[in-house]
Amino acid sequence: MVAEPLLIVEGLRVAYGGIQAVRGITFHINPGEMVALIGANGAGKTSTLKALSRMLDPVGGSIRYQGQEIVKLPPHRLVREGIALVPEGRGVFPRLTIAENLAMGAFTRDDKADIAADLEHVYGLFPRLKEREKQLAGTLSGGEQQMLAIGRALMSRPKLLLLDEPSMGLAPIMVQKIFEVIRMVAAEGMTILLIEQNARLALESSQRGYVMESGEITLTDEASSLLHNPKVREAYLGE
Amino acid sequence: MDIFLQQVINGLVQGAIYAMVALGYTMVYGIMGLINFAHGEVVMIGTLVTITVVTFLLKAGFPVWLAGGMGIVAAASVCMVLGWSLERVAYRPLRGAPRLTPLITAIGMSIVLQNLAMMIWGRNYMTFPSLIEKTQFEIGGAAFTNVQVLIVLVAGLSMGGLLLLVYRTKLGMAMRATAQNPGVAGLMGVNANRVISSAFVIGSVLGALAGVMVGVYYEIAHYQMGFMLGLKAFTAAVLGGIGNLAGAMAGGILLGLIEALGAGYIGDLTGGFLGSHYQDIFAFVVLIFVLMFRPSGLFGEKTGDRA
Ligand SMILES: Nc1ncnc2c1ncn2[C@@H]1O[C@H](COP(=O)(O)OP(=O)(O)OP(=O)(O)O)[C@@H](O)[C@H]1O
Ligand SMILES: [Mg+2]
Repeated sequence: MVAEPLLIVEGLRVAYGGIQAVRGITFHINPGEMVALIGANGAGKTSTLKALSRMLDPVGGSIRYQGQEIVKLPPHRLVREGIALVPEGRGVFPRLTIAENLAMGAFTRDDKADIAADLEHVYGLFPRLKEREKQLAGTLSGGEQQMLAIGRALMSRPKLLLLDEPSMGLAPIMVQKIFEVIRMVAAEGMTILLIEQNARLALESSQRGYVMESGEITLTDEASSLLHNPKVREAYLGE
Repeated sequence: MDIFLQQVINGLVQGAIYAMVALGYTMVYGIMGLINFAHGEVVMIGTLVTITVVTFLLKAGFPVWLAGGMGIVAAASVCMVLGWSLERVAYRPLRGAPRLTPLITAIGMSIVLQNLAMMIWGRNYMTFPSLIEKTQFEIGGAAFTNVQVLIVLVAGLSMGGLLLLVYRTKLGMAMRATAQNPGVAGLMGVNANRVISSAFVIGSVLGALAGVMVGVYYEIAHYQMGFMLGLKAFTAAVLGGIGNLAGAMAGGILLGLIEALGAGYIGDLTGGFLGSHYQDIFAFVVLIFVLMFRPSGLFGEKTGDRA
């Protein structure tokens, strides 16, 4: 039996003035799945996520989450619905401490005991954050900031986690570390949409994948099949 | 009498008032990058409301402490509503407009409020009813009054309270997060409108208290008094690094001291050419120098990272 998708995006279009960044894309994510959205620079991946997280208004299309249309919802309502975004470039609050950044992740919650438990969980995933709890987030390295951004998103106890290029600008060893945690979170049953330029890593971690080119989805398949698809291999895996 | 010590005391008191007003500028700027030039008028209305309410209650036979207390509560309430409405009516519709638009609107609101006050309270100077029996003390050849002590004390407590609010409560954390990255704060579930409204309301309460202080201290008020006070408090905020709370406090005190000492010595410095009534020039000399040599202020960050 196939479960109802958690997220269904249909005909989504995003434009900046006259520039069409996303040209009517359709995709879905099933509960518990990790789905990769890959594509070159400027393909429209971030624009798609910004529309999903309601940071900008799409010019057309629908976004249904848990069967409910959310395309008109204000951004600050999304996290209450269970959608958390780890934005491109991390977006940590540089002059809040690490502990405060994580507390911001739990901003809409008031279940104190559960928040404390989730904090321990996040610190378990990223021990380095615990060591630096009282430090300002702006003083962290890029990799540590990425950990913090992911940790902060998890602090909202999301049902759907949106990740925008978690590997961006990080040393390979740090990328491995971040992806290890992402896979752990996925294994715990989290539904994840992963946007990446590092297509190999993204597809190796995901169940399914979509390939985006110039604002359109041109290919979709099981992640393992995409990894063996000659077109994908040539364009995105550098073979 | 020791001029230096005397002027330090006077400067401290005046500086505490500047600091209270400067916080209103800096909080709003820190969160939304707007210079709310109408803030000085909010302070002025705080003073005038206090005068009206206290005078009325005293005439009606209320005891002084009750009349004074109710005057303060009335001023704070009116200013809260005023600050909140300013944002709601004048600035919110301009969100996302070019930066010059809300700035010009702020100047416009300042003029509107001045004229409104003139229509309600008239053009004449008004005397602030005396609430506190003044007593003088002496220290090292300089004099100070219980009113001055009270002003510094209340300012200190208010600013302490503000710091607690901003650094120890969830609302404060949301305010700081919004100042640093409004988009991401929104993703965390922070309603930016609420945070912005809070900044206006809190700044206006501090402004109302400052308005009462000005009234009690100078015992005189006028519908145009908010203009110069606002400009100086704005200077104090810029001096400390606009957007920075500690900066506004330090900038206010510092400006008060510079002015008082400047006024105390300007006669000697210019060989009697300029008298102490030229004290206003110091604030603007300071403003010009800060803008020229350290536009980010004493405590300001170099980049756009605020609050
Ligand atoms: N604020 C903006 N104003 C105008 N055009 C924009 C804006 N943001 C993005 N674009 C354009 O929209 C297109 C898609 O950009 P987007 O950031 O979504 O791509 P991306 O797939 O995330 O790229 P990258 O991998 O480099 O992050 C690009 O052509 C980009 O130049
Ligand atoms: Mg991008």
